[in-house]
Amino acid sequence: MVERRPWLDVFAHVVLIAGVLAIAFPVYVTFVASTLTLEQIMAAPMPLIPGNQLIENYSQVLFAGTEKGSKAPVATMLFNSTVVALAITFGKIAISIISSFAIVYFRFPLRMFFFWMIFVTLMLPVEVRIIPTFQVIADLGMLNSYAGLTLPLIASATATFLFRQFFLTIPDELAEAARIDGAGPMRFFRDVVVPLSKTTMAALFVIQFIYGWNQYLWPLLITTDESMYTVVIGIKRMIVGGDAANEWNLVMATAMLALLPPALVVILMQKWFVKGLVETEK
Amino acid sequence: MEKRVVFRSAWLPYLLVAPQLAITIVFFFWPASQAVWYSFQLQDAFGLRTQFVGLQNFYTLFKDPNYLASFRTTAIFSVAVAGIGITLSLLLAVMADRVVRGAVVYKTLLIWPYAVAAAVAGVLYAFMFAPSIGIVTFWLKGFGIHWNWVIDGDQAMLLVIMAAVWNQISYNFLFFLAGLQSIPKSLIEAAAIDGAGPSRRFWTIVFPLLSPTAFFLLVVNVVYAFFGTFGIIDAITQGGPAQSTQILVYKVYHDGVKAADLGGSSAQSVILMAIVIALTVVQFRFIERKVQY
Repeated sequence: MVERRPWLDVFAHVVLIAGVLAIAFPVYVTFVASTLTLEQIMAAPMPLIPGNQLIENYSQVLFAGTEKGSKAPVATMLFNSTVVALAITFGKIAISIISSFAIVYFRFPLRMFFFWMIFVTLMLPVEVRIIPTFQVIADLGMLNSYAGLTLPLIASATATFLFRQFFLTIPDELAEAARIDGAGPMRFFRDVVVPLSKTTMAALFVIQFIYGWNQYLWPLLITTDESMYTVVIGIKRMIVGGDAANEWNLVMATAMLALLPPALVVILMQKWFVKGLVETEK
Repeated sequence: MEKRVVFRSAWLPYLLVAPQLAITIVFFFWPASQAVWYSFQLQDAFGLRTQFVGLQNFYTLFKDPNYLASFRTTAIFSVAVAGIGITLSLLLAVMADRVVRGAVVYKTLLIWPYAVAAAVAGVLYAFMFAPSIGIVTFWLKGFGIHWNWVIDGDQAMLLVIMAAVWNQISYNFLFFLAGLQSIPKSLIEAAAIDGAGPSRRFWTIVFPLLSPTAFFLLVVNVVYAFFGTFGIIDAITQGGPAQSTQILVYKVYHDGVKAADLGGSSAQSVILMAIVIALTVVQFRFIERKVQY
């Protein structure tokens, strides 16, 4: 604080509170809608105080799905989302950490070529190669499978890049000491590199978990079987038509269930989230 | 930068990079080259025969008024999303940097929209602004505004912009806050001692020092508006009404998946790839420059 300006402080708090409220409002409306009956929502305007249908709505979507739209239970979708998000997260971390270990700690022909090959994938987001990637997955027989949902999203230039940056900061003395003690590269990797990389892994975990959980276009393309829907796709499939045709109370309960896990990860692992976000993008 | 101390093995490094390379080749390079290959081909109506047609798909695209309109829609959309998002988050970040008490609480309460999937954000906004039952629609009626984005293209555009800005604001906020906190306090204090007021200090010291962050966020936001907003568009408008919110990525999806026009959709993919590559190059040129700051 450079100087005292009470009015400016008040102004700052007013702006921030307005910002927080404006940002929270859509989710508050969603939460309220998820505790009401469909009739209450249809009688516009809907009340802005939570109703008493919380348990009914949530247990219906979790175990029975909606009546007009998709009938798949949301519990299955949440399970699918968890499997997909964790597989993408751990897959990315695992293949990136070993490939960047090879690129940093070994000299071998084609090393820089491989590095650039991984690096340029940054420039090919799934959205620009939708149809051909879909055909590859179809040819491999991976439609409607966890492998199809996760494998194409596992290659990660950002994670490889981040691990490489971190490995370059590990003092050379550690590798020297390991070699003098007769430890091979994999022993050094397991006993020195992996333990030192824990903070980088935690940061990547938060970012990649959110990335995996929130995938939309890819699961939309390759899941036609209700039992393979992720929760984000499930919401989309519950919306069947115009305003009046949807069971909004159930859609909103599902929306709450879809946004809570990643929101909790962000809030509870805030420190790692900020670190991951700021470092993966630089 | 290179390591001085390395390990020696003829086969181990190849084994270690193999999983990543396999996935990269199968799911990135192979499909991307297929996209380029398809973009030079024309399929008959039944998908039975294909014919090499050179650049004809591209030629057809750039003569297609719908495609050119989609370019224009994307331009308006991305400029609005980046402009509004960056302005609002800069305001919030400057305020959060100023308050002493409660700063951590504000930060926590402002960063979580990042965790909400684009498609879910879309559903939330579609519900609040639903023409017949939406709560905000009802309030707007009180002000005499007739809100129906299902038939009004401009309102549909406004709605997807709002949802996209909401979804991206925490990202921008965090980067601005980090940028603000890295500005040396002594600079601000010196200016204050010389008699510069808060707004003068902001425009002559803070804002210029933040400009690299702002430029970085501009590129990131444009990339986000181009690709990351697919879920929002698909959940709210599906490109409608009358293609008024059909951004380029949505058109690739629509033409390729819904209309099954393989050649035309692949040609659009190739154009999009060129745009991403250009944006990535701009971003990296900028990062190189920033090292000298």
